[in-house]
Amino acid sequence: MNRHATIEPSTARLAAQSHFRTLRLGTPFQPRIDALGLKQDWYNWAGYRAPHSLWDEELEYFAIRSQAALFDISPMTKYRIEGPDAEAYLDRVTLRDVTKLKPGRVHYTAWCDDDGFVLDDGTLFRLSPTRFRLCSQERHLPWLLDSAFRYDVTVEEETEAVAGLALQGPTSFAILRDAGFAGVERLKIFNLAEFAHDGGTVTISRTGFTGDLGYELFVPAHKALSLWDRLIAAGELRGIRAIGYTALNRARLEAGLIVANADFTAAEHAIRADRLRMPDEIGLGFMIDPDKGHFNGRRAILEARARKKLRHVLVGLEIEGNIPAEHAIVYYRKSQEVGLVSAAMWSPMAKRNIALASLQRPYGDTIVDDLWVEIYAMRELQYQKLMKKAKVVPRPFIKLDRRTANPPADF
Amino acid sequence: MKAWDAIVIGGGHNGLVNACYLQRAGLDVLVVEKNDWVGGAATSRELTPGFRYSNCSYVCSLFRPEIMRDLELPRFGLQVISYEGGAVFTRDGDYLANYRDHDAHRREFARFSKRDAEAYDRYSRDVTRQCRFIQPLLMRTAPDPTSFKPRDLGELLYLGKKFAGLSAEEMALTLRFWTMSISDFLDEYFETDVIKANFALSGIIGTALGPMSPGTAYVLLHHYMGDVDGSVGAWGYARGGMGAVTRALAASFKASGGTIRTGAEVGHVLIRNGKAKGVVLAGGEEIFGKLVISNADVKRTFLKLVEEKELPEIFLRRVKNFKIRGSSGKVNIALDSLPEFPALSKDSPVYRADMHFTDSIERMERAYDDWKAGRWSADPFLDMMIPTTLDPTMAPPGKHFMSCFVQYAPPKIDGRDWTDADRDGFAESVISQIAQYSPGFRDRIVHMEVRTPREIEAEVGLTEGNIFQGELTFDQLLFNRPVPGYAQYRSPVGGLYMCGSSTHPGGGVMGAPGRNAAAEILRDLAKPTLHMSPAHDVI
Repeated sequence: MNRHATIEPSTARLAAQSHFRTLRLGTPFQPRIDALGLKQDWYNWAGYRAPHSLWDEELEYFAIRSQAALFDISPMTKYRIEGPDAEAYLDRVTLRDVTKLKPGRVHYTAWCDDDGFVLDDGTLFRLSPTRFRLCSQERHLPWLLDSAFRYDVTVEEETEAVAGLALQGPTSFAILRDAGFAGVERLKIFNLAEFAHDGGTVTISRTGFTGDLGYELFVPAHKALSLWDRLIAAGELRGIRAIGYTALNRARLEAGLIVANADFTAAEHAIRADRLRMPDEIGLGFMIDPDKGHFNGRRAILEARARKKLRHVLVGLEIEGNIPAEHAIVYYRKSQEVGLVSAAMWSPMAKRNIALASLQRPYGDTIVDDLWVEIYAMRELQYQKLMKKAKVVPRPFIKLDRRTANPPADF
Repeated sequence: MKAWDAIVIGGGHNGLVNACYLQRAGLDVLVVEKNDWVGGAATSRELTPGFRYSNCSYVCSLFRPEIMRDLELPRFGLQVISYEGGAVFTRDGDYLANYRDHDAHRREFARFSKRDAEAYDRYSRDVTRQCRFIQPLLMRTAPDPTSFKPRDLGELLYLGKKFAGLSAEEMALTLRFWTMSISDFLDEYFETDVIKANFALSGIIGTALGPMSPGTAYVLLHHYMGDVDGSVGAWGYARGGMGAVTRALAASFKASGGTIRTGAEVGHVLIRNGKAKGVVLAGGEEIFGKLVISNADVKRTFLKLVEEKELPEIFLRRVKNFKIRGSSGKVNIALDSLPEFPALSKDSPVYRADMHFTDSIERMERAYDDWKAGRWSADPFLDMMIPTTLDPTMAPPGKHFMSCFVQYAPPKIDGRDWTDADRDGFAESVISQIAQYSPGFRDRIVHMEVRTPREIEAEVGLTEGNIFQGELTFDQLLFNRPVPGYAQYRSPVGGLYMCGSSTHPGGGVMGAPGRNAAAEILRDLAKPTLHMSPAHDVI
C-alpha cells in the first residue's frame, strides 16, 4: 500500500517514467529480429513490436512444416508461482488436476471465474515440486493474487525478465542436439528439463503451438541473444528460419488450437454478457475433472452440464472448395443462422479448406448435418458469394507422428 | 404586437440547441440572454488583451455527435482538439500519468503496482458495461412511471427490457453502481492510493459530495458516457475555447433565421390564466411568445421568474428542495510563459493533458470536509490544464492560458455571503498548491479571473454556482429530474418548458436536454421531427 505518500519514490519507479517514449517495446531478441525483418511488418503483441511476417509469409509457414522455425514468444504473459502450497493453489485455480502434473512436465490448461466462464487458457510448467510457470495470452495478476488468499504461495509476473523462443518443425530436434544440448533426445512430448547455456541454464520443453515436432526455450532476458545465435549457428544446414505470427497462426489452426480473444472472448474482456463461454463451449471440456476436488467455477460448470444449459459448441469444420471462410456465418439448411467461423484457411498440409467455428447448440453438437457457410470472397471489388457445405470434423486437422515420436527423428 | 412562436430564456448551450431545433422546425424563435454575450457556462471572453479564456466549462467531452451533425456545428466553426490523457502529481516528486495507449497506460500503472496495472481491464470492462446501459437513455425522454399513456408505458418497457437484459450479476452491479461511493467502488479493483485518486476525480467533479459519499460512482459514469459509442474526436479542447461551442450554435441558429437578443435579462415570465404568454424584461419591456422555454435552472425558473401563485404547492416545495448546491469554483490564469513542472520531463505529453495534485482519496475527502464546514478547501482538488499547449489561438505567441477547476467551494462562507477577501483567499489556496509543484509559478501570472460560486451565480445565473444545474444523485435522475411528475420538460404552467441541465439527462456540455426538450415541444405542436437525428445505436 502506498499510504505514506511523502516517502521518496524508488529509483526504479522514477527510472521507469521514460517508457512513454517507447510505446512498443522490443523483446530481448529484438536486435536479431529487426535485422531479419525485411518487411517491417509489425503488429502490437501485448505492448511489444512483433512481426506479422519477416520476409515471406509462405516460406515462413513452410519453414515450420519442412525445416525449423524460430518464433519469439517473449511477449507471452508469464507468472512464476512458487511455494509449499503452489500445487494445491494451482489445483484450485485451474481446471486440470495439477496433482497429476509431475515436476518436469507441462500441461495445457484453462481457468474460470466463479460462474464457470473461461478467463483464459495457457500452459502450466512444473519446474520443481514447489515452482511453476504459467503462460497465457492475457494478464491475470489480480485474479491470481486474490485466489492465493490463505495459500502459502507467491505469485510474480515475470514477462519482461524471461525471454521465450519456440523452435518448431521437423529439424528442430536435430538442431538442439547439434547445438550441444546433450540429453535433449530424452524429452518426450510435454516434458521439460534444464540445460546449460552461457554460464546459466535454459529451460527446454517439448511443447509448441504448431502440432509439429517442436520445443520451447526459456532463458533469463540477458541470455537471450546468445541463445538465438547458438540455435541459428547450429541450424544453418537444417534450414532454420525466423518467422512471424502469420505463419504460426496457420500452423496452430491446422493443429486445431484456439486463441483467446480470437476464437473465444476471455471473461474479463467480455463487455456483452452473452459472449462469455464455459470450457465445454470452446472445446476445453476435456480439462474438467469433477473428481479432483474443488476448483474455481466447478459448481457452475457441473450444474450447466447437468441442466443442459450449455448453449454453444466450438467445432472444427471442413468446408468444400478451397476459398477460406474467415468470419463467415454458419447456416443450417442454408437459411438458419447457427454460428460463426472464427478462424479459417486452406491447409497446405491437409489439402483441405479448414475452419474453427462457434455454433449454437444443438447445431454442431447433436445436429451436424446440413451445415453451410456463406463465404463473401472479395474479388476485384466484387463479392463472390459462395454457399459451401461444411462438415464437422475432429481436431487436430492434421496429425503428425513426428510430433510425438520417441526418440525424435533426425531430419 | 409581434408574438414569437417561441422565446428561449437564456443563451447557454442547451438554450441554443433547443432554439436551433425549434427554428429548423419552422418556428420563429427568439433567444433572450441577460449578458452581452451568449454562451452561459460555455463562454470564452477576452478579459485581458490577447488572452481568451474558457471562463467556466473547459473541455468538450459529452457533446452529443447527433446534435453536432444536425446543427452543422463543424460547418459553423466548431473544431475539437483531442488532448492527451492526464496525470496526478504525487507529493513524493513523481506523478501517475494516464496515457492513451493501452500498454503505456498499463506500464505507467505498473510503476506503482503491477497488480493494479493488470486490474485496469476488468475495471474498464465493468464501467463500460454500465455506460452502455445508461448511454442510450440520454437522448430519450424519461418515462413518467405514474402515467398509463402508451408512450410512457412503452418507454418504461424499454427501460425494463434493458434492465431485464442484464445478467443477475450485472443487475446487482448496476444497482450498486447507482448508489455506492466512488471510493468503495474503486476499492474493489485497486489497492494504490494515487491510482484510486486518479479515477475518483471523475466521481466528484461538479458535485457537492466527497469520494466517500454514496452516489458518487454514478457521477463517474456521467463523465465517462461520452466515450462508449465511438464518439471519436468529440473529446478535447474546443479550438478558441469552450465559447466556440456556443458561438457555432449561435451561428447555426442565426443562419436558420433565428434571432438573439443579448443584454436582455428576463424579469419574469408573463402568465395569463395559467398559460405562458411571453416574458417581461428587467427593464419592463414585454415580449410576447406562444411558448416560453427556460434554459435557466429549475430553481431560478420557478422561484424567480414565475410567481408562486401560479404553481402547485407540492411542485413548488419539491423545487425548493431540489439539491443544487454549489461545490466548485474556477480560476482562469493568463501566463507570460509555460510553467515548468520539475516532476515532468520537457517532452512529456502530460503538458498537453489535464493535471491534478490530489494523490489520495483521503485528501479529496478532507477537501470535502472543508466544504461541509462552510469553508473553501485549504488543500483543494484541482482539475488543471493548459489548453494553449494545443490551441495557439487563445493567447499571444509564447504565452499561455491555464484553466483551473477548483473543488470545493461552498455557496456560503460560514453561512454568510462570499466577500472579496474570501475570493482572494480561495484564489491563494489554488496558486499555492500549483506553486508547490511548479517553482516560479507566481511570477508568470499576468492576469487572473477568480470565480467562486458567487461570481458564477451572478454572471451565468447558475443557482449557488452548481455547474450541473442540480446534483446528479440518483434521487434527482431520470424520471425524478428535476422533480417527480415533471421530467418531460413540461411544467405546471401551460406553454412553459424547461430545457436546461436541471432536466434529464443532466449537466455537462452535452446538449441532450435542449434537444430532448425540443422533441417534446414539437410533439405538443404536432410538428415533424425529421430534422432530428435519432440517437446512435449502442450495439
